[in-house]
Amino acid sequence: MSIDLSQFHQVFFEESFEGLDIMESNLLALNIAEVDSETINTIFRAAHSIKGGAGTFGFMQISGFTHVLETLLDEIRSGERDIEQEHIDMLLQCVDCLRGLMSDLQAGNEPDMAQADELKIHFEKVLANNSKNSTESENAGEPCVDDKSTSEQGRAGWIVHFIPCEDVLCTGNEPYRMFRELKDLAEAVNGSFEVECHRQSLPKFSEMHPEMCYLSWTIHIRADVELSDIEEIFEWVVDDCDIRYEPLSDSGSDTTVEAVPESLVPEGETSPPLHNNDAVNTDPKVSAAAEDNLKIDSREIDSCEIDRNEVKAKANASVKVTKKSTETTSIRVSIDKIDGLINMVGELVITQSMLGQLGQEFDMSRIQRLQEGLAQLEQNTRELQESVMKIRMLPISFAFSRFPRLVRDLSKQLSKEVDLEMIGENTELDKTVMEKIGDPLVHLVRNSLDHGLECPEERIRNGKTSVGKITLNAFHHGGSIVIEVKDDGAGLNKDRIRDKALEKGLITKDDNLTDGQIYDLIFQPGFSTADVVSDVSGRGVGMDVVKRNITELNGSIEVSSIPGEGSIFSIRLPLTLAILDGQLVKVGNEIYIFPLVSIVESIQLEKSMLNNITGSQYVMQLRNDYVPIICLQDIFNIKTARQDLEGAMLVVVEGDNGKVGVVVDELLGQQQVVIKSLEKNYQKVDSISGATILGDGTVALILDVSGLNTRTSDKKNDSHIHAA
Amino acid sequence: MATILAVDDSTSMRQMVSFTLKGAGYDVREACDGSEALDIAKTQQFDLVLSDVNMPVMDGIQLVTELRKLGEYKFVPILMLTTESSGDTKMAGKKAGATGWIVKPFNPDQLLNTIKKVLG
Repeated sequence: MSIDLSQFHQVFFEESFEGLDIMESNLLALNIAEVDSETINTIFRAAHSIKGGAGTFGFMQISGFTHVLETLLDEIRSGERDIEQEHIDMLLQCVDCLRGLMSDLQAGNEPDMAQADELKIHFEKVLANNSKNSTESENAGEPCVDDKSTSEQGRAGWIVHFIPCEDVLCTGNEPYRMFRELKDLAEAVNGSFEVECHRQSLPKFSEMHPEMCYLSWTIHIRADVELSDIEEIFEWVVDDCDIRYEPLSDSGSDTTVEAVPESLVPEGETSPPLHNNDAVNTDPKVSAAAEDNLKIDSREIDSCEIDRNEVKAKANASVKVTKKSTETTSIRVSIDKIDGLINMVGELVITQSMLGQLGQEFDMSRIQRLQEGLAQLEQNTRELQESVMKIRMLPISFAFSRFPRLVRDLSKQLSKEVDLEMIGENTELDKTVMEKIGDPLVHLVRNSLDHGLECPEERIRNGKTSVGKITLNAFHHGGSIVIEVKDDGAGLNKDRIRDKALEKGLITKDDNLTDGQIYDLIFQPGFSTADVVSDVSGRGVGMDVVKRNITELNGSIEVSSIPGEGSIFSIRLPLTLAILDGQLVKVGNEIYIFPLVSIVESIQLEKSMLNNITGSQYVMQLRNDYVPIICLQDIFNIKTARQDLEGAMLVVVEGDNGKVGVVVDELLGQQQVVIKSLEKNYQKVDSISGATILGDGTVALILDVSGLNTRTSDKKNDSHIHAA
Repeated sequence: MATILAVDDSTSMRQMVSFTLKGAGYDVREACDGSEALDIAKTQQFDLVLSDVNMPVMDGIQLVTELRKLGEYKFVPILMLTTESSGDTKMAGKKAGATGWIVKPFNPDQLLNTIKKVLG
């Protein structure tokens, strides 16, 4: 039976990537001065599993490479070698390298082994420094081919003297099984097989322990079989049982019979093992046999090679099929969540059957029961929906886990001392959002390290500790998740940002900007204040991209900063991209939806609040703020009965560029809506972020608040100046 | 048909072993570490236990030691899955009471052959 191993590849890759993450985080946590053996064990185990799996599933490049680091880890684990910083650095490089190799293999490409080979040589050098152990372990791996086998002698067959250790049964090794195998072996080549049992060592009945084995056997195998095949049968017991082999000569069976009783004397008094004598006598033959063995070995190696090629060919063949499937990512879900789901589906089925029964024999007297049933259905649906959404939620530690390494490498590169603190790692976030937030976060952290934190000398000059601190903090806030990247560095330099913006023509000299507006300038395309463009960051292609990525996720980013004390970048993201709490509004005959989180308040306009700026452009005074007003009916060209702004319903929403008041005809209910993409089904429309289907089957559009806001942003700046 | 308990912390290995054995008609249950295996073994009698050595929580050697303490598992064959480099592990496994070992990497056919021999 042959099994297609490629079906396990995907799982293998996933767990290997997990293993690499574990290795990395544990390597980073490793303190050289005080090595925690459990940490080393965990790292070793991860490497070991990757190697074992890679070997089994035919990725010989990986298993060969992993072998060297496993060897090093094993030496460290067993205390034969002290761990040094150099080892950690090398191991971390290996983790990166393995990640690359695995990604290549997963994508179905032939991996580039150049870096791996280089690292391997480096490892072998390190290992050679303490070579005593490595050669030993290699020997242990070789099957012990010693003086026993003489293939020419064994043509007629073999005599096996088998004196098991007394507790052989307690290891599950049943002698009967071995005899059966020997018999099969002999009969396969039309030979014969005899077992002779010796009971001399049986103690008195009263002294007998029922679990012990007191018997021993002499087995005659009259067949042309290789000694190595017989040895293989006894492989598991050879170390603790007394087993001797001698070739069966055609005529001289007498001598062997004589030898038997001798071999049965209790241990300790045993004469030198028979095969030793043989070895001395038959030296030249031994070397011939060894040569034979070598030949067999090389043949075996050849066949291995063929196997490998086959595996490769198979892998290549399957790649074509699986190429598509590598794109579909999978997700690991805890069994509790699944159980919860199954539970709820059960409830749903009960409700459904209850309603079904009600429907069959319905009359108006049962209307109350129908309503109860529907209420129950609604609850079931909502719970089910919540649980399904939970499946997509992962703790943010998935996105945070790469930072210890990143900060470590970067701070080394920049000669800064940095302490990274991560808070709220268990905060859960939608998987899709998580994947897209990774890169912006990396950029922010790099930025804080490079530009935010000062070098140690400067910090001390400023009365701070030499070690800078970066904090990543994630928490839920309302219907969204907030991720903060905080540093205790120099803070944003307002004057320099202003000068730079002037130089780049982003603002004019007369612009009167608030602190917040100045800080916001760093998110403008092409803006960078770094004096020297470094490798790390500062090519000026960052912050605007960060902002764009976050906006694409319906999120927002804010920065606040105190000179000399540091800066905080806070990212606000929706928990999920699939469902939204919405406020339904009516304009003319159309229904639109505002994301509930964006709404600040809803009010009825009074004339006293209104100020006309130009033509049809109005702003309203809302306490101490001036808010521009837009009419949905104008934007979407809808005919409505209302002509005058006075007394109109106004929804004040807050987007990226501040507040804006939106005039609508009527406020309807609030409800959760499932977001359907417009781009996928139609095309992108300005000021609209998506669509949904309402209970009555009609389509309603979801408003993009930031998009609405940019329509008024030119005027908004004016309004701020008026207000100032 | 004989029942087998397959213990490995690596999901891919466990799936492979279990798939192979089920394909040959054995009744297989899986456990992802020694302590889970021990719990399962106490509730159900298996004809053979197949265990990885390096596992979190409870490793394969400990598992063998614990299983041999149970009356029901005194003589049950327990095979260790080891890698070729771990000569010491084989010895430690034997000492703890393991029946034998299967050397990784192995292919499904090798695995089946060994299991068939042990179970007869």
